[in-house]
Amino acid sequence: MLPELGQFALILALLLAGMQAFFGIAGPMLGRDRWLAAVTPAVAGQAVMVATAVGCLIASFVSNDFSVSYVAENSNSALPLFYRVAALWGAHEGSLLLWILLLAAWTVAVALGSARLPPRFAARVLGVLGVVSFGFLLFTLATSNPFVRLDPPMPDGRDLNPILQDPALAIHPPILYTGYVGFAVAFAFACAAMLEGRLDATWARWTRPWTTAAWAFLTCGIALGSFWAYYELGWGGFWFWDPVENASFMPWLVGTALVHSLAVTEKRGLFKSWTLLLAILTFSLSMLGTFLVRSGVLVSVHSFAADPARGIFILAFLIVMIGGALTLYAWRAPLLKSSAGFELGARESFLLFNNVLLIIAATTVFAGTMAPLIADALRLGTVSVGPPYFNPTFLLSMLPLLALLSVGIHSNWKRGRLKDSQRLLLISFVAAAVLGSALVYGVYTNGHVLTPVGALLGVWIILSSLAEPLQRWRRRVRVPRGMLGMTIAHSGLGVLVLALTTVQSFTIEHDVAMAQGATTTAGAYAFRFDGVQDVEGPNYDGVGATITVTRGGALVAVLKPQKRQYWVQHQLTTETAIHMDHGNNILVALGEDLGAGRWSLRVQIRPLVSFIWLAALIMAIGGAVAASDRRYRGAKLTEATVPAGTEGSAA
Amino acid sequence: MNRFALPVALFAALVVVLAIGIKHSPQKGMIVSPLIGKPAPQFSLPSLGDPAHAVTSADLKGRWYLLNVWGTWCVECRAEHQMLIEARDTHAVPLIGLDWKDDDARAHEWLAQLGNPYETVAIDHSGSTAVDFGVYGAPETFLINAQGIVVYKYVGPLTRDVWTQEILPRLPAHAAGKS
Repeated sequence: MLPELGQFALILALLLAGMQAFFGIAGPMLGRDRWLAAVTPAVAGQAVMVATAVGCLIASFVSNDFSVSYVAENSNSALPLFYRVAALWGAHEGSLLLWILLLAAWTVAVALGSARLPPRFAARVLGVLGVVSFGFLLFTLATSNPFVRLDPPMPDGRDLNPILQDPALAIHPPILYTGYVGFAVAFAFACAAMLEGRLDATWARWTRPWTTAAWAFLTCGIALGSFWAYYELGWGGFWFWDPVENASFMPWLVGTALVHSLAVTEKRGLFKSWTLLLAILTFSLSMLGTFLVRSGVLVSVHSFAADPARGIFILAFLIVMIGGALTLYAWRAPLLKSSAGFELGARESFLLFNNVLLIIAATTVFAGTMAPLIADALRLGTVSVGPPYFNPTFLLSMLPLLALLSVGIHSNWKRGRLKDSQRLLLISFVAAAVLGSALVYGVYTNGHVLTPVGALLGVWIILSSLAEPLQRWRRRVRVPRGMLGMTIAHSGLGVLVLALTTVQSFTIEHDVAMAQGATTTAGAYAFRFDGVQDVEGPNYDGVGATITVTRGGALVAVLKPQKRQYWVQHQLTTETAIHMDHGNNILVALGEDLGAGRWSLRVQIRPLVSFIWLAALIMAIGGAVAASDRRYRGAKLTEATVPAGTEGSAA
Repeated sequence: MNRFALPVALFAALVVVLAIGIKHSPQKGMIVSPLIGKPAPQFSLPSLGDPAHAVTSADLKGRWYLLNVWGTWCVECRAEHQMLIEARDTHAVPLIGLDWKDDDARAHEWLAQLGNPYETVAIDHSGSTAVDFGVYGAPETFLINAQGIVVYKYVGPLTRDVWTQEILPRLPAHAAGKS
């Protein structure tokens, strides 16, 4: 009964989303203000219906109802309860449902937060969100229904993909999707502004907290994915430039540009049409990412053929959403004039460089990700694009970006002269050079050419971002949350640069074959292989090794990496053992049984690798702090009437 | 054209490429296998009906057959089962099952319940034969000719379209008989 109830709830949600879209967009357009009253109830009703549907599917998972095809394919009676719930987003259909649930949650949040917005504008925003939700609901019901029944039911399920049976990956999709979906809000604000044909500083102030919040979630989501890849895939890498990672990274890059461009639009009334375009692009890439990651439709054009209905629907949906928004942009953006100008050397110019470089970076990633697909579609043969392409091209745009960040943060709005901050700039640069060299030549040795550059830039970014808050603190001037958040996020970026530099330059990696009792060394550490024993879990069995790690004769850790064989899907997974010691990440992965008691082992020492994810967390916290600035919540209705371009100098 | 229309133009170009991709993509579900045109891997596996008896690639040589990789744990296999029964009833080509990493009792129960489309079923407990065949996931179907050469491979549940458009046209007139 529950699956049918869930399906019925989804159909009702579709109808309510249609109502929300129609009344929200047509109401203001036709001047029927009474229609606006229907929008918020539709939002609430849709959220309740979507929650009901998700609840029904979770209940089917928890009660092991293998008559539901999706449950039978992604769960098993031996699967622990936690993963039975997380199996909801274990494959395409449920992921879409999760996407819709999160969109409903964001929409409710926007509806609650829109009390201060002009009613027509708020209705348009909710209307656009309704269109997005309608499209996804229709897609789910038409091609990817998670409630389809099996007749006869399966005696037991096929189990959740074993590599997904991991705490970090279980919570990764919801957080990542919260980020993806959050950009729908910025998209909706952009479309609403274009529909109104008006965009001012108040608009930017309304849009900023939503965008920054979505950005913070996406940052966390990407970091979690990278963390998972690091310890679950067993290779010890934290970023592989594979299409799935790129799919989440592209909206992040463009979203980062959007966050900065919005700042200029708010403070100076500039970059208006550019900001709109970025808002559309960020969400377009988020949608692309959703389809790339779960449905596999864009991983290879061949998968289009695996289910042509799905492929064609996705293409049609992207044409309506992205094509529609871009057409609206082509039509309405010319109306938005940016009145003020700025000088080279003013903060605006640095943010312009920031945007240009981020877009170049996103474009190179996009080109590298799409090239194999396009070559495939046009039958130009198989193209494979990997780190040899991505690493240098990405650095090419990132290095200038990082250097300009340190300079730009000392600059002022509007005025181009850096004279006032010249001394500070010089101090921070010299201090960064000293500290960076100390790190490279004092703590670690044997660096690459880029090592001192990375260390210098990392330290410089941190020092530069701290400069203004520290000055304010010394003069006992209040540091607004927005500035505090920016400082935290930029410091996080500095930490990330430092961590990446150290990891890339000083990682020690050995693949060794060892018999029981043998010892190998890596860096300052000695590893003794104490043999393997059988292990058994709730739905898998396997072997676990015991490796004793010592440093200078003193015990550091006893590591127990495992290789697991999951019963139902017969899949092997590698469970890496990781230990932190003095900032060094010691990683041991169990390889193959070489016979006669010998096993291959992968031993790695990665200095500061944990700081990569810590840095991402710091950046996300910075975003959260900035998004919570009271200034955004205090935006009053009356300010909406201030004409564009005049409020810039006041902010 | 004004510069604001540039994004939508670029997007349109991308859509065209993807649309061409959909239109031109190869036959449904077909993943090009390096085995096509090459001899099928050798195997000798116990038969599901009579474990003492072996099903071997050598014995199968000399006539066309359809090797269908399946398992009772595989949801899509259930979906294609009816199609396999229909295929058997046309007597166009004998079906040989490869029961992949499965439980024998469950396999017997499955065939008793849903009907047995196969002439013989080989049991691949270790999965090593499936590995030799480069099986991604069940179900997969290989068409093998009288010389033991892999002629065609299909990934995913067999459909009527694949059967009539891909498999039947590749068969010689006498494929059903034992040459």
